[in-house]
Amino acid sequence: MNRYTWRTGLGETGMLIVALIFLFPIYILVNIAVRPASDASSPIAPTTDPTFANFVEAWNASGLGMAILNSVIITIVSVAIIVVVSAMAAYPLARVTARWSSGAFYFFMIGLLLPFQLGLIPLYTTMRQLGLLGGILPLIIIYVGLRVPFSLFLYVQFLRQIPVDYEEAASIDGANRFQAFTRVVFPLLRPVTGTVLILNGLFTWNDFLQPLLYLSGTTNRTVPVAVYSFVGEFTSQWGVIFSALIIGVIPVLIAFFFLQKSLIKGLASGVKG
Amino acid sequence: MSTTTDVKRVSRASAGADPTGGRPRRRRRGGALWWFLVPALIPYLFVVIVPSIQGVTFSFTDWNGLNPDFSWIGLDNYVRLFSDKAAVRAVVNTVVLAVIVTVFENLIGLGLALALNTRIKSRNALRLVFFAPVVVLSVVVAFLWQFIYTPSGPINQVLEAVGLGELAHNWLGDPQLALGSISVIMIWQFAGYAMVIYLAGLQGVPQEQLEAAALDGAGPFQRFWYVVRPLLAPAITVNLMLALIRGLMAFDQIWVTTQGGPAQSTETLSTLVYRNAFQYGEFSYSAAIAVVLSLFVAVLAIVQYRFLNRSEGNS
Repeated sequence: MNRYTWRTGLGETGMLIVALIFLFPIYILVNIAVRPASDASSPIAPTTDPTFANFVEAWNASGLGMAILNSVIITIVSVAIIVVVSAMAAYPLARVTARWSSGAFYFFMIGLLLPFQLGLIPLYTTMRQLGLLGGILPLIIIYVGLRVPFSLFLYVQFLRQIPVDYEEAASIDGANRFQAFTRVVFPLLRPVTGTVLILNGLFTWNDFLQPLLYLSGTTNRTVPVAVYSFVGEFTSQWGVIFSALIIGVIPVLIAFFFLQKSLIKGLASGVKG
Repeated sequence: MSTTTDVKRVSRASAGADPTGGRPRRRRRGGALWWFLVPALIPYLFVVIVPSIQGVTFSFTDWNGLNPDFSWIGLDNYVRLFSDKAAVRAVVNTVVLAVIVTVFENLIGLGLALALNTRIKSRNALRLVFFAPVVVLSVVVAFLWQFIYTPSGPINQVLEAVGLGELAHNWLGDPQLALGSISVIMIWQFAGYAMVIYLAGLQGVPQEQLEAAALDGAGPFQRFWYVVRPLLAPAITVNLMLALIRGLMAFDQIWVTTQGGPAQSTETLSTLVYRNAFQYGEFSYSAAIAVVLSLFVAVLAIVQYRFLNRSEGNS
């Protein structure tokens, strides 16, 4: 059952064909992005004269550099706060068996069921009353609030599987609860922290609706909003548009390339939990 | 119980310990830990709980979002919603899109996972290939597919190249096809996500059980149904929930490609909420639509959870 037989070979060939079909949109993306504007041949034919001119034009005209910087700041700050507050909150929720603890856990889990559209408008008016529109601060607050339930869920599931022995040893050595958390529990949470970082980073980086709402018309744009308004200006200049799309995706692809092992492992631990 | 633990129990007794015991591996004295919750609770209340309650409240008023004066109008917004043809259409579209996307993301994700959970040599590279669209911005995916779907675009060109020219369509411009075309975008984007979770679940299926079942004469489908499926139940639950919620709340892919058109054929509750609130200034009506969307999500999620939990228990 475990040997590589001709059947396995057949399966492998089949999967490679499926992968090629699956990659077709990506091929189109790259093919059009490197095609000179003068080339009017079919979009499925490979470009004969590849150029980076579209990328240069997209970079200069789109303001993507600024948008990437904005997105990076929003993502890093939001995700850092999410990790700290969720891990802290998960500690009592996973360890304390008192009634308030399970009640609080379910209270947080309600957040997984409430679609953000429900609070979208009231929150927007509150932010407007507080005079926070146009900056990146409301986005950071929103991402933290929106993503706490999911991150907390992952942390609690994970922490419940870790024996309490280490914390007990630490408290015997004289550590108080806060020190036990920062020096013992938080380092033990590392695998799931990886997952929380990546999934929330992805969510924050990719989110389109909130920045569209809070940042449109300002110079503080994020990558999805910059791409969106750029496409509006460069209607049907697909070479330039696709170059901008690729530029917007590159930072994520780099992060993904380095983190994919821990991401996939993290997802696995979430399912088994 | 070791002596060291006893000593600690005694020394901590003043911190609200409960000496009656119970489960020995869990701490019962945790009263002092509640403040660990505060930093998470504040943004959660501010961003999720309070605005959601406000949203439900607004839906019973005629508030337009700007004017400080408003009055209570009871269920008028809801009555309007269900007598508004466009809104009813959006409800139907939302459910159809969510169901199509959930079914196919999971069928394809599971198929890919089963195929990659074999001895094939390229499985790590292929896993990366199928997962890659998950990390690409939804906005980017949507623009890419908008181009792919254009009447003289890649799909129709390929169809003509292989002699199926009569199958070429205006994929996003034809009201009959637009919603299906958008579901293909989402399936392409997220099948790899389902696959990764299924692959993780498949790691928990012991080879010996499969071999034993094979020796007992079980074919591949029987082995899947009686051995793999029950062990995969948690992964199935997680995947169905994630896909369903994603489908019900889909916004980016629709807003970028069709903005709900043509002829409202891709209008969903998500796009309708946005349109009414930020294009028409109908805040309270929009809030009512959002409440309906929430009820859909909650009811479907709970029904599905119950149903799947029961089938997990049976197998």
